[in-house]
Amino acid sequence: MMERREFVRRLLADRGDLAVVCGLGSPTYDVAAAGDHKLNFYLWGAMGGAAMIGLGLALARPDRRVAVLTGDGEALMGLGSLATIGVKQPANLAIVVLDNQHYGETGMQPSHTHDGIDLVAVARACKFPEARAISDIAEAGAVRDLLHAGRGPILVQARIASGDTPRVLPNRDGHAIKLRFIEALEAAGQ
Amino acid sequence: MDDRTFSLSWPDAIYGQFRRVGIRQVGYVPDAGHSRLIELCVNDPDIHDVVLTTEEEGVALAAGAALGGQRAALLMQSSGVGNCINMFSLMKNCGFPCLTLVTMRGEFGEFNPWQVPMGSITEASLKLCGFLTYRVENPGDVEDIVGAGADMAFSGDFQVAILLSQRLIGRKVWTK
Repeated sequence: MMERREFVRRLLADRGDLAVVCGLGSPTYDVAAAGDHKLNFYLWGAMGGAAMIGLGLALARPDRRVAVLTGDGEALMGLGSLATIGVKQPANLAIVVLDNQHYGETGMQPSHTHDGIDLVAVARACKFPEARAISDIAEAGAVRDLLHAGRGPILVQARIASGDTPRVLPNRDGHAIKLRFIEALEAAGQ
Repeated sequence: MDDRTFSLSWPDAIYGQFRRVGIRQVGYVPDAGHSRLIELCVNDPDIHDVVLTTEEEGVALAAGAALGGQRAALLMQSSGVGNCINMFSLMKNCGFPCLTLVTMRGEFGEFNPWQVPMGSITEASLKLCGFLTYRVENPGDVEDIVGAGADMAFSGDFQVAILLSQRLIGRKVWTK
């Protein structure tokens, strides 16, 4: 099992213009802890929507790489969106599920993945050309490379330890997060 | 104008407004009322047509499109509005433009009583979620109202719903 903060730090190392959508709760804190960035779109709600935000963005900007970092509970709530993404086959979209097998925000109740529901198998069934599970931090570099150069849609189920992690709270103002992101994306690569 | 001409003309009017305002992504759950408009969008190489498993996916899709600088529209039936309610908070919290076209069920001459509970609270639900709502009853008003609604959505980052009444769409014809 990996320590989530260290894994996300390695995933976002030398990220360049990678656009990142973060699912609500711990993934948002993990991405903020790795270093605030204008191309982070932090979610504080809209549970189940992270992957679809990633799809809309990936379709709008096929010239950019888009990564969705979310939790197992958030991914499970939007399970149908994997089928929708499978239909569209966005080559520039990757979803990393930070899977601690629990609902961390609500008191660590076990999630479906705790009982063996297999998100990688779901992604494969949804025609994701790349779907894998990892549990060794040594593989973080390979996943980082997938985010930047792999052919999407990609799903990585990253098995992380379920221990308590201090909250790192980024901005909660949705308008500010949005405007900052849009301006940065327009400026990126110019 | 016979019934068939009516049924073909209003979706074309909506599509014309999509072209005018530059809609580039259209999310939809298959719907009989929207079938002609869906066909027009699917056949347009400038539009990403995204078939959804449930309507709230389309709300999140529209947010992502806006982050990437594209305009999106969402096609759904009145029953789908209920599926979207929590996801609409994303649009309000961030001030994302949202344009949705809702074909109404559960009103004028509805045969299926199961459509009535959601259909009868669709407009009120949208208003509670912060949407501006515009209702269309006559085919001749479609272009004007959809155009005005789209301009409100994209020039002011508002959430706008166009309700296409069951009388406009035509009653669903049931056969044994």
